[in-house]
Amino acid sequence: MKRIAMVGMPNTGKSTLFNRLTGAHAKVGNWPGLTVDLLSAKLIVGDQLVHLIDLPGIYDLNGYSEDEKVVTTFLAQNQVDLALLVLNASQIDRQIVLLGQLMRPGLPIVLVLNMVDEAAALGITIDAEGLAAKLGIPVCMLSAKYGQGVEQLQPAMRAALREAVGADAANGGRAKLDERQLEAAVKSSVLVPAQASHALTERIDRILLDPWLGLPIFFGVMFLLFELVFILGKPIQDAMAWAFAALRSGALEPALAGLPFALRGLLLDGVYNGLSTVASFVPIIVLFFLCMGIVEDAGYLSRAAFLMDALMARFGLDGRSFVMVLMGFGCNVPALMGTRVIRSRGLRLLTMLVIPLSLCSARMQVFVFFIAALFSAKAAPLVLFSLYVISILSAMLTSQLFKRRYVNNDPFVLEMPPYRFPTPRQVALRGWHEVRHFTRRATRFIVAGVVLVWLLTNFPLGAAAGGTQTWAGQVGTLLNPILSPLGIDPKLTIALIFGFVAKEIVIGSLAVIYGQEGAALTHTIAHQIDWIQAYSFMLFTLIYTPCLSTIATIVTEAKSRAFSLLAIAWPLGLAWIVSFVFYQAARQLAA
Amino acid sequence: MSPVTTTLTLNRLDPGEYGTILELDAGDELYQRLVALGLRIGNSVRLLRRARFGGPLHVRVGTTELMLRRREAHCIRLTHASPGRP
Ligand SMILES: Nc1nc2c(ncn2[C@@H]2O[C@H](COP(=O)(O)OP(=O)(O)O)[C@@H](O)[C@H]2O)c(=O)[nH]1
Repeated sequence: MKRIAMVGMPNTGKSTLFNRLTGAHAKVGNWPGLTVDLLSAKLIVGDQLVHLIDLPGIYDLNGYSEDEKVVTTFLAQNQVDLALLVLNASQIDRQIVLLGQLMRPGLPIVLVLNMVDEAAALGITIDAEGLAAKLGIPVCMLSAKYGQGVEQLQPAMRAALREAVGADAANGGRAKLDERQLEAAVKSSVLVPAQASHALTERIDRILLDPWLGLPIFFGVMFLLFELVFILGKPIQDAMAWAFAALRSGALEPALAGLPFALRGLLLDGVYNGLSTVASFVPIIVLFFLCMGIVEDAGYLSRAAFLMDALMARFGLDGRSFVMVLMGFGCNVPALMGTRVIRSRGLRLLTMLVIPLSLCSARMQVFVFFIAALFSAKAAPLVLFSLYVISILSAMLTSQLFKRRYVNNDPFVLEMPPYRFPTPRQVALRGWHEVRHFTRRATRFIVAGVVLVWLLTNFPLGAAAGGTQTWAGQVGTLLNPILSPLGIDPKLTIALIFGFVAKEIVIGSLAVIYGQEGAALTHTIAHQIDWIQAYSFMLFTLIYTPCLSTIATIVTEAKSRAFSLLAIAWPLGLAWIVSFVFYQAARQLAA
Repeated sequence: MSPVTTTLTLNRLDPGEYGTILELDAGDELYQRLVALGLRIGNSVRLLRRARFGGPLHVRVGTTELMLRRREAHCIRLTHASPGRP
């Protein structure tokens, strides 16, 4: 199958174009360099099926960063039949150098000038035909986001692929242009007005980047976002929990009444309770991701990097690390992979050590559940917010302690894209992507997880379900001396052990351990532990190892056993200390 | 009156002022990144704002806006036409 590779600088809209062409659900983000995995999809061009590959955004084909190495390696090691070079039409003067670097014998290139809507708004005029003639390659002007001009791409690709067949000699004969020729070509075909700037962006930045108000506004926005997720998500979640319980008592229990006792227990108390409890959290998670996605797409995260850099520098990190930590609030795994844009190994490792402390959405589920059980509705958002603050504080403590070991010598030069507001289509695509991602994880981990929990909490035969005689109870008792000073009882200990695999399992496993679901489960837990124990449990859950996927990602990305061990051991130790200090102090004060 | 021309580094500009890049005193890696983002000799740059507490600078060069730390800005020498027009 023929291969078409998309090449371009970060943030030029490659992912957006990729989505537009393939309909695949690639992730789109307004953050330079976020596209780190190689996305690919099949696409029909003319009468043939081709492979379209979205390469990471790069500034220079001869560059030094991991992403730049990924692209050069890919181009050197794979037969590429056509390159789509995607440039931001309004920045063509500086981006055109990539064309010179990409040109090589036997590689047809189609130049895509994306974001023509923005170029037009800036008053930039481009003579595409003149440019194509001077460069000797086809030029398509289009807007990947709004779709205008995208239809030219099919015929251009078809022609370029056809030309490539058996025309290697002719192709190789095409002159490689040097920088001066490229510049001259651009200069004669592109007209940029003297004062081209994004007026709306400028006006918004005057407020959002205000020297005094910038940071308070940023934290205010984040806080409102959490409030919004709660206000919108909680009623949906309650409704779903109610519906699941009704389904169980109304339909499933009667239907399964004929089954043997143990099998019925496995199906109802194991699989159904576990899954339905987890499923009721899907709305909150999806809402959260949607909101973060909009903030990210809009370009506010780059502003956050700008505002936070001075503070982060004090902790040996930089503005990018801060953004990765924020991304980690969604899910730690992509955030860890996003550190590939950082070239300094020290800074990259330090950032990777800090990211797993970000309170990810899976942990948020656990907290939402415990907070609902033990705190008033009024206190709930505050308690959750306090956990976010602790998440950030523990990240700061960690980097403060380890910054001398992992030294940052990376220059900090980042693009600040104009504000771009996602279209409803982009938002919908993103939401769908999140639901799919979540359910895929759910089916992989959660079913297996809750079945295992059910087995461990119901065997050996004859032991009272969830009691201390079961296998799980025995493990819980064994660990009791370590965890009881934190106020964590054997039942919660079991949940913590399963949380090591994935936090999504924790609530599901509690449902199995207590043999209850929904409101009844909340009620039981509220009776068995008090808020101090619950908060201590949440602190531990917040700080210790997030999940197996995170560990796997750290191992593969860091490529260092010593670092990976540290990345597991340190958070465990920190979690114990923080919970211990909190629990003992709170008990003293409450006494 | 013709503007007074002096040379200075980018971190010394005041918000709102322009300068034309004369020299990039940077190692290979940084040089490459600066050029890729449009900070090339002969281009005019404008300082938009500085972040508080010694944070990064926000500058515009051509149609690109970017942020860079003061340390990096120190590597960029400009001729300074004051008061500024590009
Ligand atoms: N105005 C405008 N914005 C676009 C266009 N194409 C992409 N974008 C936006 O530019 C940002 C970066 O796009 P993305 O596809 O993530 O770029 P990548 O980093 O090159 O993959 C996103 O906010 C997109 O919504 C376009 O044609 N016009």
